Amino acid sequence: MSVTAPRTVEAPPQTQLATRAPRRIAWRRRGDDGPTRVPGQRSLLVRALVAVIVVVWSLPTMGLLISSFRPAAEISTTGWWTVFAHPFEVTQWTLENYAGVLAEQGMFDAFVNSVVIAIPATVIPISLAAFAAYAFAWIDFPGRKPLFALVVGLLVVPLQMTFIPLLELYVRWDLTGTYLGTWLAHTGFGLPMAVFLLYNYIADLPKEILESAYVDGASHFAAFTRLVLPLAAPVLAAFAIFQFLWVWNDFLVAFVFLGTSSDVAVLTAQLQQLVGTRGESWHLLTAGAFVSMVVPLVVFLAMQRHFVRGLLTGGVKG
Amino acid sequence: MPVETRAEATQRTAPTPGRSVAAIAVLLAIVAVLWWSVGFLADPTAVDRVVAGILSLIGADGAATVIEQRGLTPVSQKLGSAVVALVVGVVGVWALFIAANRAIDATFGLRTREKIRPWLFVGPGIGLIFLYLLLPMVGTIYESFTDSDGAFTLSHYQFALTDPSMLLAFRNNVLWLVFGTTGSVLIGVGFAALVDRVKRESLAKSFIFLPLSISFVGASVIWRFVYAWQPEGQPQTGLVNAIITGLGFEPVPILSLSPLNTFALIVVMIWLQTGFAMVIFSAAIKSVPSEVIEAARLDGAGEFVIFLRIILPMIRGTVLTVATAIFIAILKVFDIVWVMGRGGNFDTEVVATRMFKEMFQFQNFGRASALAVLLLLVVVPAMVVNIRNMNRQGVGA
Repeated sequence: MSVTAPRTVEAPPQTQLATRAPRRIAWRRRGDDGPTRVPGQRSLLVRALVAVIVVVWSLPTMGLLISSFRPAAEISTTGWWTVFAHPFEVTQWTLENYAGVLAEQGMFDAFVNSVVIAIPATVIPISLAAFAAYAFAWIDFPGRKPLFALVVGLLVVPLQMTFIPLLELYVRWDLTGTYLGTWLAHTGFGLPMAVFLLYNYIADLPKEILESAYVDGASHFAAFTRLVLPLAAPVLAAFAIFQFLWVWNDFLVAFVFLGTSSDVAVLTAQLQQLVGTRGESWHLLTAGAFVSMVVPLVVFLAMQRHFVRGLLTGGVKG
Repeated sequence: MPVETRAEATQRTAPTPGRSVAAIAVLLAIVAVLWWSVGFLADPTAVDRVVAGILSLIGADGAATVIEQRGLTPVSQKLGSAVVALVVGVVGVWALFIAANRAIDATFGLRTREKIRPWLFVGPGIGLIFLYLLLPMVGTIYESFTDSDGAFTLSHYQFALTDPSMLLAFRNNVLWLVFGTTGSVLIGVGFAALVDRVKRESLAKSFIFLPLSISFVGASVIWRFVYAWQPEGQPQTGLVNAIITGLGFEPVPILSLSPLNTFALIVVMIWLQTGFAMVIFSAAIKSVPSEVIEAARLDGAGEFVIFLRIILPMIRGTVLTVATAIFIAILKVFDIVWVMGRGGNFDTEVVATRMFKEMFQFQNFGRASALAVLLLLVVVPAMVVNIRNMNRQGVGA
């Protein structure tokens, strides 16, 4: 699903995320010499509130992570928070849960399947979308407006609207349960978002640069490949991160087009199966969930800035 | 606005038949190769044959026959086809664009070229969008009005809007939309305002933001564990029930009590979406001009009043946008209910899970289509607003 955040009204300059807004300094100074209040107490309250929210938000994931390293017998008899009583007692930690889910519960195969699905499904839409975004932004052609309006309108369409006819088509073309069918589906579903995100950026490039290129004899093709594509690298990266996280975390599309048989099931589908068959085996579920989460967590932590920039450039898909 | 590409007009030579035929031949060859590779990718054993072929080419006939007989291991087979897909999807697509661009230049006159070129640029992308979104939508709408004999009917909609089980699903969807959206937006804006005033702001934000990278299925497992329940007297390993029993109350089977379970699932969605709201709000709050806030402060306004009377009105548009985004995300909620509510049991059903059941379990495509159309109807206002915003900004302006 996707949504557009109009970039008009209050969309802030992106640099403000990275650097501190000047106002903050003023705010602090006021806190120091404001005569009417007790700044120390107030900021303490604010800090305490922030800390409480941060802790509440982190506890669920922390419980999962800690439990995934505890022996099965202990998970089912004591709460995960009891480890804090004696955190350095080595015997309470184990890697067996991970060995179990990876080898016996099919999570390793599912991991491979997720990699095989996610990487092509991330890369393939990029050049298709970039060409279209350039044409929408810089070439005047009849039908440009209605076509782009169509792309924008399709951003929020529930994918449920497409499943039944597409499945009928896939059955006829023998594409159900294939990687090819799933790559194409993710490409098709991701394209409106890709075109929209890339368009927002490419249309904002300085007009003078492109005009001088045209005057110097550059064709649209050359202007696009030599000038626009390199300049658009940040937004291409932002889209790639979105699409990768979306595809990796997707359950619905993979379930519909790829299915849950163990030779093709992706991590989310396999984890869902595990909930169904081993719903109370928390040593397996916690380890399995963490296996499915580790790649997006790493991608996210490493590329947080690109991710945030992408969100602020005008869209989210999730 | 796009610029008249005078340069292209002056530089290019006029097309000649010879160049044109050659360029079109190259284009057709590339299309043929692409078509062949798509077929190749549809065949799971194709990678085996390629590897065997390469091995026998370099003289390792023994190894080649082994692979032909036994096949590659599944893992290398899969990775192999992913590599082929990447090559086709990148090199193949670019070769197609380049060759088609050359063919256009070599075949048509100056004016015609520039009329055709934009269609080359948007064609492949728009074609896939038509194939995967637009045409299926038409099919679904048609199917929703068609009974099993192919005749026109309204019975699917009648079922969807009157059946008691559907009314329950709609009630749950409304609960989701109201509490999920307001919860995420309120906590998001509140946290954004608070975190603006502490040191280590970005660190604190990361913690709230982090769940955004977790899949709905993963989050469902995380929270099933938080809500885990054991009969009274046994040790509670779920965080919530441990707190409840710690306070001296009886443990609550949260996920099987309706309507408590739906609210428990909504909490998961809020946990996931708040980070998104917070990031956007945080940026919007920072863009409020400091002079305005200074002035209010000099007039003696308290921090809370400043937030309520100045900051909030100034970021009103952003609040609306974020609320819409989260609303639409929540409308389509499926995974959380499917995994945590075990496919919508214990009265947790929502429209999207019911649609899935109609589709896969009951094979009632008409009903499933009608439910999908109802979901679409709810997002139509958002589509209209998006398109209107776009028109106001102007395409290519």
